Amino acid sequence: MTTTDLAAPAGNGFTGVWRRLRNFDLGDSVAYSITLLAGTGIFILVGVLLVELWLNSRLARHEFGWKFLFTSIWDPIAQHFGALPFLYGTLVTSLLALIIAIPLGLGTAIFLVELVPAWLSDWLAFIIDLLAAVPSVVYGLLGIFVLVPIIRSGVEPFLQSTLGSLPLFQGPAYGFGFLAAGVVLGIMVVPFIVSVSREVLLAVPQEQREAALSLGATQWEAASQVVVPYARSGIFGSIFLALARALGETMAVTMVIGNDPSIHTSLFASGYSIAAVIANEFAEATSTLYIHVLIELGLILFGLTFILNALARLLILATVRRGTVRP
Amino acid sequence: MASVGTVHSGNNVNLKSEQSVDTPQRFSLPPKPSVTADSSLRFKISGLKVSYGPKEVLHGIDINISSNVVTALIGPSGCGKSTFLRSLNRMTETVRTARVEGDILLDDENIADMDVVKLRRRVGMVFQRPNPFPKSIFDNVAYGLRINGHKGSLSESVEHSLRRAALWDEVKDQLHKSAYTLSGGQQQRLCIARALAVDPEVLLLDEPCSALDPVTTAKIEELLFQLKPSCTIVIVTHNMQQAARASDFTAFLLEGRLIEYQPTPKLFTTPADPRTEAYITGRFG
Amino acid sequence: MTRRSVTNVVMLTLTGACALLTVSVMFYILGYLAWHGASALSWNFFTKLPAPVNVPGGGMANAIVGSAKLLLLACCIGVPVGILAGIYLSEFAGHTIASVLRFTVDLLNGVPSIVIGIFAYTVIVLPMHTFSTLAGGFALGIMMIPISVRSTEEYLRAVPSSLREASLALGAARWATITRVVVPAAFRGILTGVMLALARVAGETAPLIFTAFGNNSWSHGWSQPTASLPFMIYTYAVSPYDDWHRQAWAAGLVLVTLVLLVNIVTRLALARKMPLSR
Repeated sequence: MTTTDLAAPAGNGFTGVWRRLRNFDLGDSVAYSITLLAGTGIFILVGVLLVELWLNSRLARHEFGWKFLFTSIWDPIAQHFGALPFLYGTLVTSLLALIIAIPLGLGTAIFLVELVPAWLSDWLAFIIDLLAAVPSVVYGLLGIFVLVPIIRSGVEPFLQSTLGSLPLFQGPAYGFGFLAAGVVLGIMVVPFIVSVSREVLLAVPQEQREAALSLGATQWEAASQVVVPYARSGIFGSIFLALARALGETMAVTMVIGNDPSIHTSLFASGYSIAAVIANEFAEATSTLYIHVLIELGLILFGLTFILNALARLLILATVRRGTVRP
Repeated sequence: MASVGTVHSGNNVNLKSEQSVDTPQRFSLPPKPSVTADSSLRFKISGLKVSYGPKEVLHGIDINISSNVVTALIGPSGCGKSTFLRSLNRMTETVRTARVEGDILLDDENIADMDVVKLRRRVGMVFQRPNPFPKSIFDNVAYGLRINGHKGSLSESVEHSLRRAALWDEVKDQLHKSAYTLSGGQQQRLCIARALAVDPEVLLLDEPCSALDPVTTAKIEELLFQLKPSCTIVIVTHNMQQAARASDFTAFLLEGRLIEYQPTPKLFTTPADPRTEAYITGRFG
Repeated sequence: MTRRSVTNVVMLTLTGACALLTVSVMFYILGYLAWHGASALSWNFFTKLPAPVNVPGGGMANAIVGSAKLLLLACCIGVPVGILAGIYLSEFAGHTIASVLRFTVDLLNGVPSIVIGIFAYTVIVLPMHTFSTLAGGFALGIMMIPISVRSTEEYLRAVPSSLREASLALGAARWATITRVVVPAAFRGILTGVMLALARVAGETAPLIFTAFGNNSWSHGWSQPTASLPFMIYTYAVSPYDDWHRQAWAAGLVLVTLVLLVNIVTRLALARKMPLSR
């Protein structure tokens, strides 16, 4: 804005100001300031979020230090807290989810990109995207009333009779537990893997497929040995994205994991996850230390998902760029 | 079946019952019609029609392609020459809406009845833009061998193919580097080596030099000449000088029809069809 | 040779099975919800307050109103901040600031919803000494911001620069160009982004547990704990009472119908204007 603008005749009252606002730099300055404020607001918001989490968990750090991560005792009455059972539960259920979701999601994505006409692919992808829009509490609801009974009376007895010698598949079949949580999470994150993988597979140049086919590769060989490896970093990105989702997912896990803060090898046993313990105990936490411990758990969850999300974005970006701009 | 160099192109018949005698020595002489014609014909194509969705691109092509010569396809862009080439190893099938009619016989066997994987092993292809896989130079060449269950020494075969593609000396010390470290011309020769590795009987090249500089182009043309004894070569080009330099026979396509098919020198010196003449003298396209 | 073609057929069939399974999960969820939810759905569900255990009837009128209030508040926070920041990113920000801000927005988008709940708890519930609609709406509003920012930016960027230049060449200032030309051209896209963000937070439960909490009766004003549909589904589902389970199914059906309707309508409306990915 220059002085001449300000010194320009103001015109007749309101219309003059209005004209200046519309045509001179003042309007631009105002627009700029307002939008800048919103942008800055987001920086501040995230900053305050981090500071709040950090400050409100200081008692936990002060009291337990790094030991917090490796202690498996969770006794709110004696004010003894350790994060290990929750870390364990979160990791086990998330890994289980990935074991289910990676083949399912990748297989679906390959089918949608390599085998189906574009219009059908778009429609199926649309339906699968809707799967990601279903609220997690609804997944939890179906988990409790559909999945848990199936796991209790079908899956667990079956696994026990076939693979029962493994420590993973022992103990009574309750239904609620790591297995149920892992399966629900797996179903929930499939859409993320499908939608991102489909995108990166579509970005693989058609020449790559043709090169493989013209050498006598079958369609599956072209897809699995050429197309998927070409898009591999993007696919890893989609997996990290799914993992981040699984780690932070709260409701569906809370509703089916059994909520027992102890570590079991068996997937049939009840467990607990970081997000679930926060959801269940936060509102009832009686002491400040208790609250601080739960917020510390939130901070850990934040850190984990942050790292995974950052990695995922970098990988997806790398693939899509390589797909469009030839090396 | 009629002899090589003969055209049955729907209403544009341009019969040449006899091979021209004035073919220069540089060109391998086409076979005498009645005697050995069939045994030295690699492709016999009759009534080839290809359409993408409702749009017919090739309107019935009849042409025979002889063994161990270089056949060039020329014509203005959009005339269907790439489509024709791609139908020879059924790469047209990668386009979902594509429909192919007519007979393409490879060594008297209809390719429509062949296993497509086997067919493509016998009929290799090199594309317009170099398309190496994001793998090492070695793995690129070895890819076709590996999927086809190659017996014997992989590295020997890779070396042999790279030598045939005249690339060996340039890359022998960096076989395990990414193929993307090579220049465009080297990448294209790598793609040729990759196609040669499975020892195809026919090599299809779809404007292989359109993205390359003149020096590299000359190298590749030289390469084609050397490959001729072991391989039948069909090359699509929009560059008429290239067709004139590198091929033995040239086919001129226009709007999905075969207009003229002659020994190269004849087509370029005394074209029979006025449209061919118009095209090669640069009056359209 | 045959082994290879057998592998080919088997593996391609398996990918088809994966797709079939994934897609059928969607239809299974819808079918199951419709089957169990519809029988529990009645006029009372929309008009009555929750009934005590073992008292038949009752509904979730307060939760529906509660959800509406929470979402209204969330929009008041999330939409302006999101759209303005999106405009800033697309129209004003320099390269470095833009990428830092984009990264921050992605970071915020990845924060687990339960952690957003903690944040709303520490900045609103603790000072106010009470759970409230305000705290819940604040948490949901924060969750709307990153989605609105990114979609706004994306659609603004899709507006061809020739439009901007045409307006600027007519002597219009940048801000007039933005408000009169650029934003209207991208309006549909921006609206879509906002609607999808709204649909996403409408189903969120985790950030409400210790912000909006829950309420068996009406919540007056903005500073009382309030019921909400997702939270009701949660508490009813984990309760031991069959009556409540049925109510949870009904609530689940209503919630999913609303969320999916918004998704389908906005996505299809947008798809008509902009072709799908291929």
